[in-house]
Amino acid sequence: MSVAPPALELEHISKRFGPVTALRDVSFRVEAGHVHALLGENGAGKTTLMHVAFGMVVADSGAMRMSGSPVAIDAPSDAIAAGIGMVHQHFTLVPAMTVAENIALGGRGLLRRGAMVAAVEDLARATGFALEPDALVETLSVGAQQRVEIAKALARRARVLILDEPTAVLAPAEAEELLRWVRRFADDGNAVVLITHKLKEALAIADRITVLRQGQVVHSGAAADASANMLASAMLGEESRPPNETPSAPARVGSNRTAIAADEVNVTLAAHHVTVHDEHGRGTRLRDASLTVRAGEIVGIAAVEGAGQWELLRALAGRIAVHAGRIERPAQVGFVPEDRHRDAVLLDRSLTDNAALRGSGARRGRVSWHRLRVVTRSLMEDYDVRAPSVAAVMRTLSGGNQQKFVLAREMTAHLLPAPGASSDAAAIVIENPTRGLDVRATAEVHARLRAARDSGAAVLVYSSDLDEVLALADRVVVLHAGTVHEVPADRDLIGRAMLGAA
Amino acid sequence: MRASRGPAWTVFLALGSLMAIVGATALLLLIAGYDVPRALGALWTGSVGSWYALTSATLVRAIPLMLTGCAIAVAFRAGVWNIGAEGQLLAGGAGATAVALLVPGAGTIAIVLSLATGAAAGGVWAGIAAGLRARFGVLEVISTIMLNFVALYAVSFLVRGPLQEPTHAYPQSSSLADAVHLARIPGAGRLHAGIALAVVIVLAAGWVMRHTAAGYRLMAVGESPAAAASAGMIDVRRVTTLAFITSGALAGLAGAVEVLGVTFALYEDLSPGYGYTAIAVALLAGLDPWRVIGTSLLFAALEAGAGAMQRDAGVPSTLVSVIEAFLILGVVAAQALRARRASMVTGGELRRESAA
Amino acid sequence: MTDALTPFLAATVRTATPLALAALGEMLVERTGIINIGLEGAVLAGAFGALAGATAGGVAGGYVGAVAGGLLVGAIFAFCVLVLRADQIITGMALTLLAVGATGTLYRALYGASGASLQAPTSGPWAVPALATLPILGEALFDQPVITYVTYLLVPTLAWWMARTHAGLALRAIGERPDAAAAAGIPVARMRTIAVLVGGALGGLAGGTLVLAQAGTFVENMSAGRGFIALAIVVLGRWQPLGVALGALVFGAASALQFAFQAMGWNVPYQLFLAAPYLLTLGALAGAMGRARAPASLGRPL
Repeated sequence: MSVAPPALELEHISKRFGPVTALRDVSFRVEAGHVHALLGENGAGKTTLMHVAFGMVVADSGAMRMSGSPVAIDAPSDAIAAGIGMVHQHFTLVPAMTVAENIALGGRGLLRRGAMVAAVEDLARATGFALEPDALVETLSVGAQQRVEIAKALARRARVLILDEPTAVLAPAEAEELLRWVRRFADDGNAVVLITHKLKEALAIADRITVLRQGQVVHSGAAADASANMLASAMLGEESRPPNETPSAPARVGSNRTAIAADEVNVTLAAHHVTVHDEHGRGTRLRDASLTVRAGEIVGIAAVEGAGQWELLRALAGRIAVHAGRIERPAQVGFVPEDRHRDAVLLDRSLTDNAALRGSGARRGRVSWHRLRVVTRSLMEDYDVRAPSVAAVMRTLSGGNQQKFVLAREMTAHLLPAPGASSDAAAIVIENPTRGLDVRATAEVHARLRAARDSGAAVLVYSSDLDEVLALADRVVVLHAGTVHEVPADRDLIGRAMLGAA
Repeated sequence: MRASRGPAWTVFLALGSLMAIVGATALLLLIAGYDVPRALGALWTGSVGSWYALTSATLVRAIPLMLTGCAIAVAFRAGVWNIGAEGQLLAGGAGATAVALLVPGAGTIAIVLSLATGAAAGGVWAGIAAGLRARFGVLEVISTIMLNFVALYAVSFLVRGPLQEPTHAYPQSSSLADAVHLARIPGAGRLHAGIALAVVIVLAAGWVMRHTAAGYRLMAVGESPAAAASAGMIDVRRVTTLAFITSGALAGLAGAVEVLGVTFALYEDLSPGYGYTAIAVALLAGLDPWRVIGTSLLFAALEAGAGAMQRDAGVPSTLVSVIEAFLILGVVAAQALRARRASMVTGGELRRESAA
Repeated sequence: MTDALTPFLAATVRTATPLALAALGEMLVERTGIINIGLEGAVLAGAFGALAGATAGGVAGGYVGAVAGGLLVGAIFAFCVLVLRADQIITGMALTLLAVGATGTLYRALYGASGASLQAPTSGPWAVPALATLPILGEALFDQPVITYVTYLLVPTLAWWMARTHAGLALRAIGERPDAAAAAGIPVARMRTIAVLVGGALGGLAGGTLVLAQAGTFVENMSAGRGFIALAIVVLGRWQPLGVALGALVFGAASALQFAFQAMGWNVPYQLFLAAPYLLTLGALAGAMGRARAPASLGRPL
């Protein structure tokens, strides 16, 4: 075999986002004719690495070569011109346009209908996809839209195709078909990078497998030499966890709370056979899911991206309606969503105004701003929110202080409680509690959640970082493809269940 | 659109804007080659320089501007781009006229009924656009502009048809009976009781926005519909629809007050564009109803003074529109720049993080 | 009947011409997801520019002035909205107000406060040989000022450009999904700027038509809401060039009907005819006769 240079090489790539190191000295290469699977848990840096390759993220340091020659890729248009195509998790198709138009988008000169249709037909022949040139993209199934995305990349003569979690949105049969296609495409002399967290997929079709963990390469080798066990261990990274954060689930739940835990009164947050469809009613996001969070425990949800956790958390927090089943919850559930800037705060308003947001939908009559200022001040003091005053504008706070403020607000059941009533929230639902926070702020947030649990709150936490779930939770449930699985508190078993490999 | 920073800041802001406006006017006059002191003198005497000018010119004009300015403030606060205050004002004027003419004049009751009908008519007119937005997602910018035209033609039809005065000689309704006129303020020329009504309503609106849960929801929905829905569990669609209709009712009331207090009959040109000037009034007030009192007086004075400026110094009165336009552009540009600077400090970094 | 029909049709086409020009420009702008309600200001600035240009350089100078006036408004809008990221709607309103004030002030300052009617040279109708003699429609369609013929050409040209060129496809994609367009390598900001400038220029041309092909003079605030009407026409025409042309004819016909009735001394409430196209447009938005679907990103903050 001749030693042709790799189709795409990334050398010593590093990238930081504020306090977070996303990639640390990562080198990655894919040969022509190969499928190279890029594995890792959520947040391990897989997508970021490939965004660097596609020009969507500019690396802090490192170099790129294609077929041996250095290339400078500063924008997606550079990557496209260099022969790299990427199919993102969220498609970049224009729904109101036809397949042919979407594929033609970005060209120059005249748009010849005959040529457009012929191009689609050529692509259909070359790929074996059933592509309908005149079909509107919005009428297509997700799988069909994905095939259009791939065809679009190939229409620009991509020799290196990056697929970001392509099977996450597909039904099993469709996924298999796609993977078979990927294999054939590589066999024709093209290079494919397959970003995935599914071990089976990687083992089934990849030539090489690289595993990223916390922004670093922890494994890279031929697929033939790898086993599911070994890859899972690499992804989950047994050794890096400090022992004192090992989950103590049995001890915790088994302590003095067990006796009262069975009592119905203490079931604070529960889902009974809940089903949620997606917004178009085409797919099911949550299937007959049941889950109970008792007072005084932290339940952690472990799940890979898009397994239904978004819907489950919001259904339990009363933020979305369920299509079947029943939700049991107190009137006020504290909810800390992942996208705080969008969903949790009014960026251009004062901290007092932001505190008032809690429960504002049901509030009546006059707002006592004096009391709210007092409450806001005590929230700030209790949670050590660093801001000049209660009148400070939310936007001017650091990310950590914003998060602490939101947490403080949501952990209080009633900002303006009736005299004598407890002011601690009975139930808290929290999503990626420490995303974007530094180590210190992370530790503080964790301590707050534990304190809430100890004072009798029911806490439900989801984090895309399995370590965080394990560190916080008394009990872990795994969500896979919209269904809930109770899994023993064993990191390895949980990791495998998340990946559907249990 | 920040929260207020105390009375000293408000006074400073008001004086600053006033000086900026006078300065800009002087500059424009200078560039155009007019006699600046004479023109500014005319501006002064025509607006606030005499008791008559102050009451009969400036304050009378301030009434509809105050109410429509408040209408715009309420809508924009909730993120509703109601460009239709002009049409809602006409609808209110028409509704009030119809009731005032048809209900046999029982003094106060007829007045109250007319004003209420005017407000209701304005609310209904806005309600059409509100319904289109809530039900079909129609951009209210487009629908309210269209409804402005429909209102204009509808009034034009009414004053030539069902509501035309009996001789059918003029495109206007019959004059209203004296019993349904809003009372004149004694010793204040043409100034009528509508000023008290407007001030009370604007004060009340400002109080509601500042001190009630409903006012808070309005602001929260306007600031961030996503956060209002998620963190506040606010029914966003309901709040925007209510704000829209309330806005229309305020503008409709302005039309009713204008008919009952100034014109005493329905005319096609009932409003010289109050509904549009209101946008400048509300924006300069930072969408705060209480400050609308100040900015509506300012614009009323400018427009009253402009007439005098034209008469006495030959300066085109349309110069006022230029000043208003620059004020609006200045305000939105400053806001845009501030938001951009702020998002460079924090937002950009975090957006990238969550994208990664 | 035909002797009444021809003048009515001719008046329809004449009234529709500036409306179509302004609406075609706005259609391009809205196809990139931007809504410029300063169009009214562009029309007015164009009318004033036409007067200024025509007094200096005849009809041709007038049209140059008209385009320049509209372009100026478009350029200010582009700067505020696309560069400073100011709110589109408020900026548009302010520009309309600015145009009303500035043209009024300049007109009175330059041509006297009395507003004594100034005569601008006009381009009279030019009958297209052969076509103008067709029965009924000939005179109505083909005995019009040259700018009307320019509009006739513009409609199919734009339709062709939007449907048959990559640039047109890119324009449509931006209005639907700017992020997808950018991902396909389309320079979104540049295309939006060009669209806003062209929209302003066409709005100016519409204003020029009022002065140079119709009134022969400038009157304060002579755009009289035509820019706003054009916004409605874009909706009624469903953001398609041919639809926009038809929409302009509907609005033109409504106002021509008014004059026809008045000329014939019929006492018909013509306001109903004037209001009808707006009601039709509102109905179209609400989904009567099939939903008029706006570009998906229209009016969203940038």
